Amino acid sequence: MKEINELILPNDLFYTEAHEWAKTEKNSVKIGITDYAQDQLGDIVFVELPQVGDTFEKGSVFGSLESVKAVSEIYMPVSGKVTAINTALADSPELVNQDPYAAWIIEISPTDLSETDTLMKKDAYLKQLKG
Amino acid sequence: MSQELRTNGIVQDEPLLWEKGRKGRDGYSMPLRDVEKASIDESLLGDGPDFPDLSEVDVVRHYTRLSQWNFGVDTGMYPLGSCTMKYNPKINEKLSSYIGLTRSHPLLPAHLSQGTLRLLYELESYLCEITGMDAVSLQPAAGAHGELAGMLIFHAYHKSKGKKRNKILIPDTAHGTNPASASLCGFQAVVVKSSEKGILSHETVAELMDEDTAGIMVTNPNTLGLFEKNIRKIADIVHEKGGLVYADGANMNAVMGIVQMGKIGVDVMHLNLHKTFSTPHGGGGPGAGPVCVKKELEKFLPVPRIRKVKDAYALVENIPESIGKLHTFYGNFSVLVRAYCYILSMGPEGLKAVSQHAVLNANYIKEKLKDHFHIPYDRPCMHECVFTDKFQEKHHVSTLDIAKRMIDYGIHPPTIYFPLVVHGAMMIEPPETESKEEIDRLIAVLKIIAKEAEDNPEIVRNAPQFARMRRLDEVTAARKPVLIG
Repeated sequence: MKEINELILPNDLFYTEAHEWAKTEKNSVKIGITDYAQDQLGDIVFVELPQVGDTFEKGSVFGSLESVKAVSEIYMPVSGKVTAINTALADSPELVNQDPYAAWIIEISPTDLSETDTLMKKDAYLKQLKG
Repeated sequence: MSQELRTNGIVQDEPLLWEKGRKGRDGYSMPLRDVEKASIDESLLGDGPDFPDLSEVDVVRHYTRLSQWNFGVDTGMYPLGSCTMKYNPKINEKLSSYIGLTRSHPLLPAHLSQGTLRLLYELESYLCEITGMDAVSLQPAAGAHGELAGMLIFHAYHKSKGKKRNKILIPDTAHGTNPASASLCGFQAVVVKSSEKGILSHETVAELMDEDTAGIMVTNPNTLGLFEKNIRKIADIVHEKGGLVYADGANMNAVMGIVQMGKIGVDVMHLNLHKTFSTPHGGGGPGAGPVCVKKELEKFLPVPRIRKVKDAYALVENIPESIGKLHTFYGNFSVLVRAYCYILSMGPEGLKAVSQHAVLNANYIKEKLKDHFHIPYDRPCMHECVFTDKFQEKHHVSTLDIAKRMIDYGIHPPTIYFPLVVHGAMMIEPPETESKEEIDRLIAVLKIIAKEAEDNPEIVRNAPQFARMRRLDEVTAARKPVLIG
């Protein structure tokens, strides 16, 4: 397992308490899990994805990740409608372990982009991890 | 030497049946044909299954060898948390194999099945007495099946009150089967966070409980091995809003003869006869998960019900509000015989002593190991105790490594990484059937492993060394499973 100072936490992302990241692009938000989350889960063996067109509220479960240890739910950082899912993860769930930031899980069209104001930036997230 | 010729002492390695098969071999002689040959409809013809050709001795040796690799409660201690892997007394086997029971056909009419019906009727009444509930159905075939029965009863109850409810409260320490059973029944699971004491607080339940919530599913004691001591207040809050309280009886082994579930506000609960009542468990099953209810919910129980009219027993099918049939005939009958036998062997005082000893065992282990393994909730526990790998983390030794190393010392690993609310959980349940010597051995082994984690972590990370197989590649097995021979 990684020490906290070994974790990769990009500056341009938003972070949640449940260890998801959100990246805002023009009219969309990409969502994935953080380096800390993939490290804690260990080898991921299955990714359960929603369907394009599904809508979810901020904080609700949109999918799950199964590792050898356990199944963990993944939560919406902000509300929105799913516009794309990363289908590569169906056959290669290990991509999430290899690079959790390249391996985005879903892309959404956000209901209200200002909801990102409630999310953490790198420093606040790092502080949470250090407890 | 080839893989097939190698042996590990008298424990023989064994190839797959597909590798053992040789074309043309068989283990059965067809009887002489005494009718004319007839042709088969073309549409029924096709390639047979891809089975290997084997002789009788090939098959018998194959399975006998595999059986020698087995580990069970007859082999050693099996401290799997929340599973109550207690020893299964042999008298249960003897009595359940009596010819009068094994040959009693389920299609015999009631007047020719009085003995078997009496046994079932009496078992129901014993389970009522043990739980403090009013009525029981023995039909559900396992714990999760009992939960499903319970959820169907919740649904039927709210329907009878004229209002469908959509949500159900489930604590974050619950077994995964709880939300699964509820969601199979159409309820949306709402997670209730446990307090920092590891138990539910009635304030949290009060915040979440509303008129669209069917009730709550509580495991008591919970999977942290802690008694939900606010249960009475929680039940009042749930009842006030018109909801029902479900108790998952998976951990009943801690409280038999001590807690009357009916009196602490429980409306529906299931028992696991294959845990608490010493019937075979796991691969040795099948199980049985009777569902118990309070009087006002009795009309919803599955049919058939057993009724006693004067001195005769009858099966009653015509109960309009029943949730229907859950199993063929009357459940896993031979399992029920074993539980009946266990209850009669132990008696009321014996069952109470079972729970007292189970709780004593777990607390003894907790106290003896608390300096060696981190305890997330350091309070007197019930029948199981939860440790973590926090002290070992700095040596890069994880719960998984510790569990694998226990195999080298001949002890079955405990439940690990559960409950999910505890990081790196190791959940140890030492049933009452284990002697002090067995428990001291478990403690000694875990102390040695804690020391190894400091002095020689490599040996723990590379365990098991002495098992037939080294550490398996669970990741590849999960990602790329091979499901055929």
